[in-house]
Amino acid sequence: MTQKTVLNEVHRKAGARMVDFGGWDMPVNYGSQIEEHHAVRNNCGMFDVSHMCAVDVVGPDAKAFLLRLVANNVDKLKVAGKALYSAMLNDAGGVVDDLIIYYLNDTTWRIVINAGTATKDLAWMAARQKDWGLNLTITERRDGNNPLGMIAVQGPNAKAKVWEVLPQVKAASEGLAPFFGVQVGDYFVATTGYTGETGFEIALPAADAAALWDKLAAAGVAPCGLGARDTLRLEAGMNLYGNDMDETVSPLDAGLAWTVDLKSERDFVGKAALVANGQKAQFHGQVQQDKGVLRGHQKVFTAQGEGEITSGTFSPTLQQSIALARLPLGVAIGDIVEVEIRDKRLKAKVVKPVFARNGKAVV
Amino acid sequence: MSNVPANLKYTESHEWVRVEADGTVTIGITDHAQEALGDLVFVELPEVGKAYAAGQESAVVESVKAAADVYAPIAGEVTAVNQDAADAPESVNQDAYAAWLFKLKPANAADVDALLDAAAYAKISE
Repeated sequence: MTQKTVLNEVHRKAGARMVDFGGWDMPVNYGSQIEEHHAVRNNCGMFDVSHMCAVDVVGPDAKAFLLRLVANNVDKLKVAGKALYSAMLNDAGGVVDDLIIYYLNDTTWRIVINAGTATKDLAWMAARQKDWGLNLTITERRDGNNPLGMIAVQGPNAKAKVWEVLPQVKAASEGLAPFFGVQVGDYFVATTGYTGETGFEIALPAADAAALWDKLAAAGVAPCGLGARDTLRLEAGMNLYGNDMDETVSPLDAGLAWTVDLKSERDFVGKAALVANGQKAQFHGQVQQDKGVLRGHQKVFTAQGEGEITSGTFSPTLQQSIALARLPLGVAIGDIVEVEIRDKRLKAKVVKPVFARNGKAVV
Repeated sequence: MSNVPANLKYTESHEWVRVEADGTVTIGITDHAQEALGDLVFVELPEVGKAYAAGQESAVVESVKAAADVYAPIAGEVTAVNQDAADAPESVNQDAYAAWLFKLKPANAADVDALLDAAAYAKISE
C-alpha cells in the first residue's frame, strides 16, 4: 500500500505522471522533466517534499543527544535557525541516513530525514535515547498528530514568488543567510534546498499545504516532479541516500568527509569504526565524453582498478551525461576512465562532483 | 490517453510497424512508450545491412530516467536508419509516429500479420 502526501490529489489533478518512490506515490513529472529542470535553473519551480519527515527533538538533553547521534558536530550551531547537514551512522560507520538539523535553541531542534528511511531512523533514534538515558522527546511531524506539509520553492526567482504569495514571511526571511530556518507564525521557512539554486523550503500545517501550492502555481511557479529533483541535485553534486551511500558505505567513501567531525574530542556513533577503517575509496564526478548515458551501478575501469557509478543521468544544463562515482584511491581529477555501458566501454572524464549551480555549468 | 493510429501494427514491447509500398517495414516506438520513458536524450540506431531475428535488440532509446532496448518486431535486414531521430531524440517525444527509427526488409513478409493490431495494442497499453 503506497503512502500519499497531502498534495497527492493536487498532483493528480495537474496530470502528473505518478511513480512509487520508496513506498510513496509521488509525481515524477508534470509533462517534461527537462522543462521542469530548466524552470528551476532559470526561473523557479516547486517540489512536494511532504514525504520527507520532520522530527522535533526537544528537551534539556536534546543537544547532548545530537552530539552523540550524528557524525557532524551540532556544537558548530551557535546562532538560532542555523542548519547543519550530517550523516547519522551505525556502529560500523555505515550511513543510516543523511539529514539536516536546524538549531532553534539549546533545547529545541528540528531534523528532516528521508522519506524511505523515516521509520528506521525513528526506531534508531528512540533506541539510542533509551541506551543513553537522556531526557528529551522525539516527535515525528509527518504521520502522527500535527503533521506538516513541505514545499520546496527553488530557483533564482523563488524567493520573490514566495514573498508575493506569503508577504507575512518576508520580513523574517529576507535577511536569512543560506542554510538557515525561521518559524514565522504557521510557516517554517528555510534557505535550504536540493537543487543548487537559491530558494526556500517551507514547512506548514499539512492541511494548508494544498492552498499554498495552488497559490504558488497561480503566481507562475512551475510544479516539478522527482525526475527534475534528481537531475538538479546530481548537477549540484549532492548525494542521494540509497544511491550514493547506504548502511554499508562509510561517509568517507561517499564524498561526505567534509560533514564528519573527527577533529573534536566528541565521541559519536560510528566514530571508532571510521577511525579504524579510514578512507577506502574516493568520490568524484564524471562527465561522459562519448555518447550514451551514465547510470547507477555501471562499472568504471581506471588505471588504479575498478570503480562504480553511484548516480548517473543526462544533465539538461550541460547537455551531456554526468555521474557521481566511487573510484579507487589514486584516480585524479582530469583522468579519462572507461565506463561499461551495455556491451561497450565508453570514455568519461573525472571531475570534481559539482556540475552546475546558480543557473550555470561549473565544469 | 496515448495515441494508437489504426493503420499501424504493434508489438507487446511497444514498437510500431508500418508496411511500406516497397515491402519494407518502418519501425519506431509508440506514443505510450515515449510517454512512459519521458524526455529522450539519446537514440542509438542499428547499422544498415545488419540482419536481426525477431525479438532481437536492435536499437536503444535513453531518456533522462532510463535506457530501453528497441527490439526487431520481425526478422529482417536493416535498409535505412533515421539519423534525424538520433540527432534530435526529443523529436520522438514530439511525434513518436513521425520520428521513425529504422527500416527492415522482412525475411518473410507474412510475419507482419502476426503482430498486434491497433485495438489489441490499445488494450495492453492502457
